[in-house]
Amino acid sequence: MENIKHHINDGLLISYAAGTLSEAFSLVVATHVSMCDACRVRLEAFEAVGGAILSDTSESDSTRDVDVDLIATLALIDAGEKAPIRIHHTKPGLFPSALQSYVGGDLDSVKWRSVGMGVRQAILPTSKDASVRLLHIPAGCAVPDHGHRGTELTLVLQGAFRDEFDRFGPGDLEIATEEDEHTPVAEAGVDCICLAATDAPLRFRGLVQRIAQPFLRI
Amino acid sequence: MLTADTSFDDSGLVMQPVCKPVRREGGVRKGREKIVSMKEQENLRFVECVLLIRDAQDKAAFAELFKHFAPRVKGFLIKSGTDASMAEECAQDVMATLWHKAHLFDPTRASVSTWVFTIARNRRIDMLRKQRRPEPDELTWGPEPEPDAADVMELQQESTRLVQALAELPDKQRDLIQKAYFGDLSHSEIADETGLPLGTIKSRIRLALEKLRHVMK
Repeated sequence: MENIKHHINDGLLISYAAGTLSEAFSLVVATHVSMCDACRVRLEAFEAVGGAILSDTSESDSTRDVDVDLIATLALIDAGEKAPIRIHHTKPGLFPSALQSYVGGDLDSVKWRSVGMGVRQAILPTSKDASVRLLHIPAGCAVPDHGHRGTELTLVLQGAFRDEFDRFGPGDLEIATEEDEHTPVAEAGVDCICLAATDAPLRFRGLVQRIAQPFLRI
Repeated sequence: MLTADTSFDDSGLVMQPVCKPVRREGGVRKGREKIVSMKEQENLRFVECVLLIRDAQDKAAFAELFKHFAPRVKGFLIKSGTDASMAEECAQDVMATLWHKAHLFDPTRASVSTWVFTIARNRRIDMLRKQRRPEPDELTWGPEPEPDAADVMELQQESTRLVQALAELPDKQRDLIQKAYFGDLSHSEIADETGLPLGTIKSRIRLALEKLRHVMK
């Protein structure tokens, strides 16, 4: 997609390249990279930095025993077999294959639950250090006003939303931090579908929403 | 071609005669170019080894890669906080994966170091964190069986230059980058201005991706 204006920042992309990012955030990054060639190039460059650090590693630390058993490795080779060329098990659709594997299919397989005011969500199964969900916001509707603890990533898959700061269309990634309190509103036209991840629970402003929060897991 | 009295260094480059007078500045530069080209030769040799494994299941080529990469992978894992026995198990697994995935390596997109790094990263997430790693969609079914030699050369040269550039960064900056890769910094602690000189390697990768897309059409 060539119209993407909001990209992954270096911190997230380096952490993903290094393999230290949470599973939930990694899913958002992998989905964005599937849609965005510019970030794919940056990702592979950051992987090259990892390669450069790897080639430096043992020389800078010769005090530890880093010998690896060659005979045992050759036995592993004999016991294993040639890796298959990675085949897309998924059909092309709205969701890239990483996301499809978490949903168990494309958009029509999502098990939505209503969270009120027309908004629906589906929490995807990942490790607990962060969470990720799909959001369905009807065209023209607002997502409840909320602030954040930690970081929230919102990737648009379909439609578009606006908040106080900017417009986010398909492929665009919004990165919101602790300081940001915003009210995203889905644009008129197509319903907005987003993939959103947080590394801390959202806090909603209204009392009723705050009471409902533990039950809704949002 | 080879005669008994010709001296060669490891890289196969002819040694400069020791007695030849050189200006100091020129001498320094010459020395540096030579180190770089030795590393370049090494990178290209590693590519050759992977292709030998792919095409001829060459165990000698594997042993060569093993000698270089296995201790580095293990050292890297230990530095990232993995205990020694797990690092050993993981490093063996990474090297065995290198053998089984030799046909998936694309030398127009990555150096062998980079490729091994990504295998080790994925294996570590799998083994230690017991998590899945969501991966971006692949662009193609796999690399070109016969990649353009000039493209391979350029990418491998760029990778060598990146190692060099990283070594030349101020200590503090290099330290922060290493911390990020060893998992000692969270994503929000990593600055947006890393100062990494990635412009040229990005152009090479972009070109390689464009060519792959073109082939797919």
